[in-house]
Amino acid sequence: MVDANIDAHEGELHEPTSFITKYVWSQDHKVIAVQYAVTAISVGLVALVMSWLMRMQLGFPGTLEFIDAAAYYQYVTMHGMIMVIYLLTALFLGGFGNYLIPLMVGARDMVFPYLNMLSYWFYLLSVIILMASFFVPGGATGAGWTLYPPQSITQGTPGYDWGIILMLVSLIVFIVAFTAGGLNYTITVLQARTRGMTLMRMPLSVWGIFTATIMGLLAFPALFVGGVMMLLDRLLGTSFFMPAMVSLGEPQTYNGGSPLLFQHLFWFFGHPEVYIVALPAFGIVSDLISVHARKNIFGYRQMVWAIVIIGALSFVVWAHHMYVAGMNPYFGFFFATTTLIIALPTAVKVYNWVLTLWRGNIHLTVPMLFAIAFIMTFVVGGLTGLFLGNVVVDVPLSDTYFVVAHFHMVMGVAPILVVFGAIYHWYPKITGRMLNDKIGHTHFWVTFIGTYLIYFPMHFLGFVGMPRRYYTFDDMGFIPESAFTLNSFITVVAIFVGVMQLLFIFNMIWSLFKGKVADPNPWNAASLEWQTPHTPPKHGNWGPALPEVHRWAYDYSLPGAKQDFIPQNEPQKKGVGTGE
Amino acid sequence: MVVAVVLILMVVFSVLFAIFNPWVYVPLAADWGELDTLIDITLYITGAVFVAITLFMAWGLIKYTNRPGHKADFEPENKKLELWLTIATGIGVIALLAPGLVIWNKFITVPDDAVVVEVIGEQWTWQFRLPGPDGEFGDVSNMEIYETPFGIDEHDPVGQDDILIEDNELHILVDQPVRMDLRSVDVLHDFYVPNFRAKMDLVPGTVTYFWITPTVPGTYEIVCAELCGLGHSEMRGYVVVDTQADYDEWLAEQSSFAELMAATNTDTGTQAAQLEE
Repeated sequence: MVDANIDAHEGELHEPTSFITKYVWSQDHKVIAVQYAVTAISVGLVALVMSWLMRMQLGFPGTLEFIDAAAYYQYVTMHGMIMVIYLLTALFLGGFGNYLIPLMVGARDMVFPYLNMLSYWFYLLSVIILMASFFVPGGATGAGWTLYPPQSITQGTPGYDWGIILMLVSLIVFIVAFTAGGLNYTITVLQARTRGMTLMRMPLSVWGIFTATIMGLLAFPALFVGGVMMLLDRLLGTSFFMPAMVSLGEPQTYNGGSPLLFQHLFWFFGHPEVYIVALPAFGIVSDLISVHARKNIFGYRQMVWAIVIIGALSFVVWAHHMYVAGMNPYFGFFFATTTLIIALPTAVKVYNWVLTLWRGNIHLTVPMLFAIAFIMTFVVGGLTGLFLGNVVVDVPLSDTYFVVAHFHMVMGVAPILVVFGAIYHWYPKITGRMLNDKIGHTHFWVTFIGTYLIYFPMHFLGFVGMPRRYYTFDDMGFIPESAFTLNSFITVVAIFVGVMQLLFIFNMIWSLFKGKVADPNPWNAASLEWQTPHTPPKHGNWGPALPEVHRWAYDYSLPGAKQDFIPQNEPQKKGVGTGE
Repeated sequence: MVVAVVLILMVVFSVLFAIFNPWVYVPLAADWGELDTLIDITLYITGAVFVAITLFMAWGLIKYTNRPGHKADFEPENKKLELWLTIATGIGVIALLAPGLVIWNKFITVPDDAVVVEVIGEQWTWQFRLPGPDGEFGDVSNMEIYETPFGIDEHDPVGQDDILIEDNELHILVDQPVRMDLRSVDVLHDFYVPNFRAKMDLVPGTVTYFWITPTVPGTYEIVCAELCGLGHSEMRGYVVVDTQADYDEWLAEQSSFAELMAATNTDTGTQAAQLEE
């Protein structure tokens, strides 16, 4: 085991020597990060294929005969759940959190490396359980990713017998994995920062991941209890969420439960979950913009506070997902107000990203291009949130394609663009090689313009009133024929954009062996992870002595300095200070 | 430079698309025109913000992209500027939220002269109940729906004149405010008529509601807007907004609970008699 923040001689770091301890049962945060990322991206590809199948049914109904209503709803459900939890949450926190936190705060590893290892293996177990649900009798659950009871556990919904059980068990195992990892990330940030690394000198990537982790530790328990209670309803016949009801001609034995209780528990988790995905993206994109514009992030302290305030507020807005769910209508006043207040700190972040670019020295590298694409996409997704958050405007738009377009823009495409930018940015540090630039540019243009063409027009189908989660729109007279033409167009673009993601996968694998060998600090970045003695960093990260931090992570283009960046571990000199 | 031009083109595309696209609201048939207006206002305000931010960013990209000898400015923060931007954003948010809350208050406050209609959702069909001449609904139980029509308590005197409509088509009277009481016997559903703009979930175990004033006679589609299982997309129906004469004619053809019970009992009686023979 490695002590997180002590100086040590190389010999005392107890570096693992066998293949198994180095790459499989590894306790090194960098290896665990890669394990998390590879697993998350693999399972994400499964969800991508499911989105193609869904789009085929919507764009060209009946062309693929094996897509019946049951299969369609199973794709809808699994696509959503995988993308939100098993890809984005796992990738941002398990992947980027694991890799970046110790390197950015100057620690040798996470504070509990063994627990960290367990976190990954529990995550893998949850993924295996989830994938297994495709192969049980009745198949995976088709209850929608929100898993609303009573339908999720009554006949009439695909996978109501086995699929839903595996889904709930998988979620519970995932939460165990997240808790093990989350405790690590939080305590490492609080306890294992190197000398001089005050909280207000941390890069915004760490602030974003740190805040998101604390939110996860507070929000996931709500999903955990909701999941356990639904399992009891399903397996033991309790009635936490089940009222007296019938089901397809059969009176049920349930009595007295509340379907709305589940929705409150689900969204008490589910809304913070949006920001658990968004805040790491906010933090990371801030650093990408700053590094590649050669300028400090504009208004660092406001950016930190905006992250913390968004994190706190996101716990008091959950019922904006339930305006038309039949809860007490007076809740609408409160939740609309809190929801629209979140627009303020969020707007501050957008302004500061753009103001960082302003008067910068912008290098249009691939990570920077993805960061710019993120800002544009996030602005669209954030602004459409003002429709849905404003309670009465939500009434006609909820459960239509407007909602589908909104959340894909704001928490699907926008964070994924950051993921791409971040991988192009940190790949040289992780592997020691550069990703291919030409493939990167092609991948960028197809993804940015393609996703915009998919989701921007989709909003307008919501204005028509086209309901979401519909297997078929046959005989629906109020929808104009042209809407189906648009659906076919969206399907074609979606499949093309999806297939082009293989370019990115190819780039990652090809560059691992054939990529240009990277400099230790190819982007001339100031933050600590680029100042390691080895690239990729070795076990223990820092060689014999831990770095000492003398400034914030954003000393770019400082007046009087020789270079346009000063690393965080360079002592302050007279004449050239620091911008912090 | 290319990326700045593309951003500008995307803004132009988005604005033109929003103006000229053929996918707009379906014709309004209820007194919720305020909702359309508020959506339009929201679209203008957010659209202006979108155009402003994206064009400003594109301009910055044109002016400040790296070239030989160019150096970034050094400006850690500008509190005054950030304060003004926050205040301006706050004003925009209030401009949207304030009318939103006022209209929401109207949306949840049912006028006194509203008549009541009950909407019942069952996988995957719609049924309706009118309170009949006494204006009150009889007691119902989900557990009895296979015993009596709609599960109405046969001993409840209030329920005898309730009018039951089993065929997916509801008629309502034009210009007469109507409160829709929503009830489900199995899972969640959502009663949504796009032409009325309003929608609300049906939750088993409780009664939810919304109200409308239908303004334009005609036939309008009902769609279920809350995932309710395999037949979700087949759960359709119609609301017909009638003039007084048409409405009276339709109402005269409907049966009350007592009439349906009598018919059922006669049937059962006949069957029993046949069995005895």
